[in-house]
Parts: sequence; C-alpha cells; structure tokens
Amino acid sequence: MSVLLVAEHNNKELKPFTLNAVTAASQMDTDLHAVIIGNNCGDAAKKLSELPLVKKVIQVEADHYENFVAENFTPVIVKLAENYSHVVCSANTFGKNLMPRIAASLDTSQVSDIIKVISADTFLRPIYAGNAFATVKSKDPKKCITIRPTSFDPCESSGGSAPIEKAEPSEEFNNTKFVKREEIKSDRPELGTARVVVSGGRGMQSGDNFKLITSVADKLNAAIGASRAAVDAGYISNDHQVGQTGKVVVPDLYIAIGISGAIQHLAGMKESKVIVAINKDGEAPIFSVADYGLEADLFEAVPQFIEELNKLNTIQK
Amino acid sequence: MKILVAVKRVIDYNVQIRVKEDNTGVVTDNVKMSTNPPDDNAIEEAVKIKESGKATEVVAVSVGEDKAQETVRKALAVGADRGILIKADGILEPLAVSKLLQKIVEKEKPDLVFMGKQAIDDDCNQTGQMLSALLNWPQATFASKIEIKDKKLEVTREIDEGLETIEINIPAIVTCDLRLNEPRYASLPNIMKAKKKPIEQINASDLGVDTSPRIEQIKVEEPPKRKAGIKVKSVAELVQKLKNEAKVI
Repeated sequence: MSVLLVAEHNNKELKPFTLNAVTAASQMDTDLHAVIIGNNCGDAAKKLSELPLVKKVIQVEADHYENFVAENFTPVIVKLAENYSHVVCSANTFGKNLMPRIAASLDTSQVSDIIKVISADTFLRPIYAGNAFATVKSKDPKKCITIRPTSFDPCESSGGSAPIEKAEPSEEFNNTKFVKREEIKSDRPELGTARVVVSGGRGMQSGDNFKLITSVADKLNAAIGASRAAVDAGYISNDHQVGQTGKVVVPDLYIAIGISGAIQHLAGMKESKVIVAINKDGEAPIFSVADYGLEADLFEAVPQFIEELNKLNTIQK
Repeated sequence: MKILVAVKRVIDYNVQIRVKEDNTGVVTDNVKMSTNPPDDNAIEEAVKIKESGKATEVVAVSVGEDKAQETVRKALAVGADRGILIKADGILEPLAVSKLLQKIVEKEKPDLVFMGKQAIDDDCNQTGQMLSALLNWPQATFASKIEIKDKKLEVTREIDEGLETIEINIPAIVTCDLRLNEPRYASLPNIMKAKKKPIEQINASDLGVDTSPRIEQIKVEEPPKRKAGIKVKSVAELVQKLKNEAKVI
C-alpha cells in the first residue's frame, strides 16, 4: 500500500508547506502519490510532478474546487483513499479543516499534528501545547495523518517527472458556499517560513507602537509575529498570531518584545534556534526559554536596538 | 431555532502540565479543571443568539466522567437552558466523541451545533469536522464572526492567510475561535439558578457506539528542555552576542 498526500496550493503554485508534508509522507512509505484538487491548477500540478519524492500526481479539477471547500474535497479524497494506506496533509488551517472530515468518512481515528515519523504506524506528537510529547500508534487499517510542517524539512523541489493522471471530480456539496477571502498581502517573508521573526505582545500597549516591531523587522528582513494578547487587544491582525492556537514557527532567530511568555505562546516558538526576549519584567516566563534576555523598558531598548542594527553593515536585506 | 453546544472539561489553561513518572500520561489528580477555553466562546455565542431572539433553546452537552457535570453546570450558569452529560470513563478519541454527539443530534434535532475549534489537552482539532462528516452537514471551522441570515449563516473564518467568509445552510456545525466573542462570567444568582436546571445523564454504553480506542498511546514524555540562556545587560551587548556568538544577524 502507498501514501496519498493532499497538496495545498492556490491553483497556480504549491503552498510552500506542501514540500514539508511530502518529506513527512515519504517517511511513512516511499511509494508516495500526491493528489491536487483545484480549478485550472495545471501549473501547480506540474510543479508537484517535479518533486522527486512524488511517484505519481493525481489531478482533479472542477469549478467547485476553486476555493478549497472541505465539503467538496472530502468525497473525492475518500474515493481515492481506497487504494492507499495513508492520507497525509499539513496541519495548517487547510489540513486541520479538511482531514478530520476525511478521517470520519473513512471511520479512521486521525493522528493530528505529528512532529516525527517513528514508523509507518507510530508517530510523535505534542499535546498540552507542547508541554508533553506523546508517542502514539494508529491501529486503523487506513491512517489519516496531519503533519506539523515546521518539524519537517522541505523536500527537493525539482528534478522529478512523475506522471500526472486525471481523476473524475465528485459532485458539488450545495450547502456550503465560498463568499470571499481577505488575504493580507505583504512584501515580508511568510511568518511560517521566515528565517527571522520579530514578535510583539501586550507590552506594546497599542497598535501604533507596533511600528517599532516593523522597524526591527525591516532591518532584519523578518516576518512579524504577535502574542494572542496583542491580537486580542486589536494591535495587529490574527494572521500574525504565534502560539498553540496560532502559528508554530521555528526561525533561526525569534525576538520576543513585550511578550510575557504565556504557555500557549511558548508552544508556538520555543523550538526556534535562537530566542531573544526584551521585557521589563525580569520574572516573565519568556526569559525561561530565551537564549539572550534583556530586562529593559522596550520603549527605550527597541529604538537603541534599531540604532545598533543600523551600525552593523552586515545585515542582509 | 435550537442550538446544541458541546463543551469539554480539560486541565485549566493556567496549570503547568506535569508528565506522570511512569510515562502513561499527565498528572490530573488535584489539578484545577476548567471548560476548554474556545468552548466558552461557543456557549457565549449560542447564548447571545438566544438573547437576540433568534434561538429558542440552548442545550449544553459534555462527554466524560461524572465530574464533567461541573462543565455542563457552568454552561447552564452562563445561559444554557438545559444540559446533557454522556458518561464515559477513560480517554475518548475525537472520532468516538463525534459518534456519541451524532446520537445526541439525532435525538435532539438541533439546527446548529457549536463547539470550540480545538481542545487544549489533546490539541486534536477534529471533533467538529468529524461530526459534520458523520451528519453530512456543512462545517464552518475557526469562526471569528457569525451572522444569522434566515436559514443560512455567514461565517468569517480565521485562516493562515487572513480571513475567509463562507455561507452555510442550516443545519450546520460551527467550531469557534477565541476571537468570536468575549465569554461572560457567571453571576452568583445565575450560578444558583443553574443548580435547578436539568442535566440529563446518559451512559455512553447505552448509545450503541463503539468507543474503543483506535490509537494506542505508547508513552507520554517531557519535551526536551531548552538549555538555560543568559541575561544581557545592555542593547549593545545583545547585538554583539547575536552577531559574534549566535551569528544570527
């Protein structure tokens, strides 16, 4: 039996985390096929076929797949799943929304958000916001797995030439209609894949003060993150939230400014390679995970930090 | 319109989790338990809809041991009309929970089912979507705004790229995100009143659902510890360390 990976894409291009999901899926079984469901998604299907780890691409197209509605995707994947032992996709909002609907339709108990493939049926996954790691073994004949993309390296993206087969679309689910998507466009690196992330918390005190975070991010070519407290307070939009219920990030450098370090925030960033914390409360839990902590008023320290960065001429823009 | 809201009893979000020495799970004895936070948002939204005159009844349901009754009682104290406790011991997987909830939906015939988007204990993020699949109902996950339009809901969803809006026909499942609303606190008079509201108790084993685990939990461990870092005295020192020691800027 082989593995079926559900590709995430925007009809033109693959989403970057599809490459991480391919790596994870290939560790379950090297006989890896990928399904791409969309509308006029030929270009993305071609890119999928170029991933050397993918042995076959199945392309399914219809108007009602244009906006990735899980109710439309599920029947076609459930049908294809007859030929596979595993169905795999990323544990981001796309996969989190879709996979349980597939799993229940297959009468499978899903294994969510794995961070390691131990064997074809045994996986490591964080629970309690990453405060414990569980090793779990799926006993279902068909396995439905979502993977934490930042825990797996992206696969090689060129050199392959897998055959692309077309499959029949399933009927449209009429009780769900896509209305609109408001994507926040940015010239910055994406939060999930950025090499440097600069995050602000409740300590920023206002949305306006987030321009300090922006200035630091500009200097370091970084993505901008935020704690749930900052998002809840309306300082910044939800797509910046790092944490248990937001995004999990693993950058080379994570700079937490005015963030106390609630358990749920730490869950989203504590695997970062180097962590810097700037906070005026020396007892803040963020210091327990920081490699370099600076106990200072951020409104004094951050402008100085920007000045010091200006002095360095080695910054990569 | 009738709204069923599923609530889960979990270790309080402020509690520092400890792994059991025998690696069979986490310590739950003498640990503060609370309602799963986004389930509070689900109850709040249902009660608000009822207060606006668009719903006639809010029913809270929980699956778990006897003590999960406290979680149902809390939902009653913030405005649910009555409760249902499906009694089951041990860990139930989301698939089993969604099958039990399906039985309650078939009996209660709600127009809407609300619940939190994810439980903060097992972090599975599955039950709402699974219940939608079993019922073949539309699903609106990660909801941060719900508007009721006759027999439809317009739901704004929090997605990785920003926000997405979908329109779903009733009956439907909605899983609630933390920014959907600000859950209220129960007032003392309402807590007293909630004690008189009925909670129906049903044994999971009487619902004809196979809830046996499909996933074997081999072991639960502490995550690897980060090595202790240092405190720097100045911004200049910080920048020097980042440049020369960590070599990340």
